[in-house]
Amino acid sequence: MRIICTDMEGKDHELLATEEWSVMEIIREGGIPILAQCGGSCACATCHVYVDPEWKGKIPEPNEDEIGLLNGAFDVNENSRLACQIIFNKNLDGLKIKLAPGSL
Amino acid sequence: MTENNAQNPITTDAIIVGAGPVGLFAVFELGLNDVKCHLVDILDRPGGQCAELYPEKPIYDIPAVPICTGAELTEKLLEQINPFHPVFHFGQMAESLVKTPEGKWRLTTDRGTVLEAPIVIIAAGGGSFVPKRPPIKGIDAFEGKSVFYSVRKMEQFRDKKIVIAGGGDSALDWAINLQPVANHLTLVHRRDEFRAAPDSVLKMRSLVAEGLMDLKIANLTTLNGADGHLTEVVLQEDGKQPHPLACDNLLAFYGLTMKLGPVAEFGLNLHENLVTVDVATFETSVPGIFAIGDINTYPGKMKLILSGFHEAALMAKKAFTYVHPDRRYRFQYTTSSSDLQHKLGVTEAA
Ligand SMILES: Cc1cc2nc3c(=O)[nH]c(=O)nc-3n(C[C@H](O)[C@H](O)[C@H](O)COP(=O)(O)OP(=O)(O)OC[C@H]3O[C@@H](n4cnc5c(N)ncnc54)[C@H](O)[C@@H]3O)c2cc1C
Ligand code: FES
Repeated sequence: MRIICTDMEGKDHELLATEEWSVMEIIREGGIPILAQCGGSCACATCHVYVDPEWKGKIPEPNEDEIGLLNGAFDVNENSRLACQIIFNKNLDGLKIKLAPGSL
Repeated sequence: MTENNAQNPITTDAIIVGAGPVGLFAVFELGLNDVKCHLVDILDRPGGQCAELYPEKPIYDIPAVPICTGAELTEKLLEQINPFHPVFHFGQMAESLVKTPEGKWRLTTDRGTVLEAPIVIIAAGGGSFVPKRPPIKGIDAFEGKSVFYSVRKMEQFRDKKIVIAGGGDSALDWAINLQPVANHLTLVHRRDEFRAAPDSVLKMRSLVAEGLMDLKIANLTTLNGADGHLTEVVLQEDGKQPHPLACDNLLAFYGLTMKLGPVAEFGLNLHENLVTVDVATFETSVPGIFAIGDINTYPGKMKLILSGFHEAALMAKKAFTYVHPDRRYRFQYTTSSSDLQHKLGVTEAA
């Protein structure tokens, strides 16, 4: 299974994805630099990504903590999510995301 | 502020850069070895990441402590090191480190505190906490002149047109505190939701309702001005045309992020922005300077509080030989050593 991650320069990377891993961990494991300062504890917002609108409906809604954190982040739009809070599963095979400026 | 300078430095046994959990526990291990410590941290309180990033979140992997929050861990560590009377220098960035002609280390902070000791322990974690800079083009040209990320003197803002950006406690506290001083104050936040103490949110809303300050739900897109002095900011409200707002000073409170900072200039060997160490002693490439906790790297390193604690114990053993070159290191248990118990102030009948 795979995800497609677009880096800050607009280049696409196909990354091997494992079920139950967070998308942040998948990106990091795939060798794409992502700051993710708090290591996935939903405390830093430095794993900010934009989810492709076509995939948005397949991902569970963000919880209150994530919404609050995104509220204080930069360059947020309606597709913004924290990659560490998206847990990969087989329905997300092919998921497309783009790194946001604050994640590097 | 501390009354000292290069001619009259504060002398101690060990200087610890960083008062995170690992810097704090280092006080304990050094204390058992008769090494007294001064600590420097840019934050205004101890605890590092535990205090700044996750005070209310639980930690489950501290040995023999099934669960505690970041704030509780910090509190317990402070209690544990209390017998050794560590001295803290908060709100200061450790800026430069040089060797004195006498062979000691002299550390100077950005607020002019000068410390001297035979050894230095770098426990700088993920780096020093610095304010997040909003991604507005050209903001750096205004920083320190009309754009600020903290308030040191309120008087500086008297009769000014102030814009405060952000939606957390700092933004709200300063909006409330500066409102009576300012000529006019506008709070700008992207959403009409605030992550702050409910009391502050109420207070802010009532000031807005009374017409004493403005609240704009908008994005800050542009800064206009010249020579570092702002004249206006441009706000983009949802579904509206961008519009300017006259402004002398912008205060942006978007939280903190960690940057390695001055430690990179201390002359230590680095690997990917981490300090390389000898795993037997946690000494860096420079004799007398040690690095423990998240800031160091070695084969197999895990960035855990647990690892930092272990590193502190081994570091203290070598540190002792620098501070007390005339004495022999003695391995002892706190359970059975009356000497250690005396240091801890827990001596019963010896
Ligand atoms: C959300 C979250 C959850 C975590 N959960 C766990 C967990 O469950 N278990 C676990 O073991 N670990 C956990 N960690 C990791 C743990 O917090 C770190 O390993 C630990 O904080 C490292 O401690 P430290 O003392 O080395 O550094 P830090 O805690 O980073 O403290 C370093 C301090 O040094 C200061 N500093 C740096 N440079 C300077 C300078 N030049 N001048 C002045 N001050 C300076 C900084 O301001 C900071 O206060 C978690 C981390 C996060 C963010
Ligand atoms: S890694 Fe910090 S919020 Fe995701």
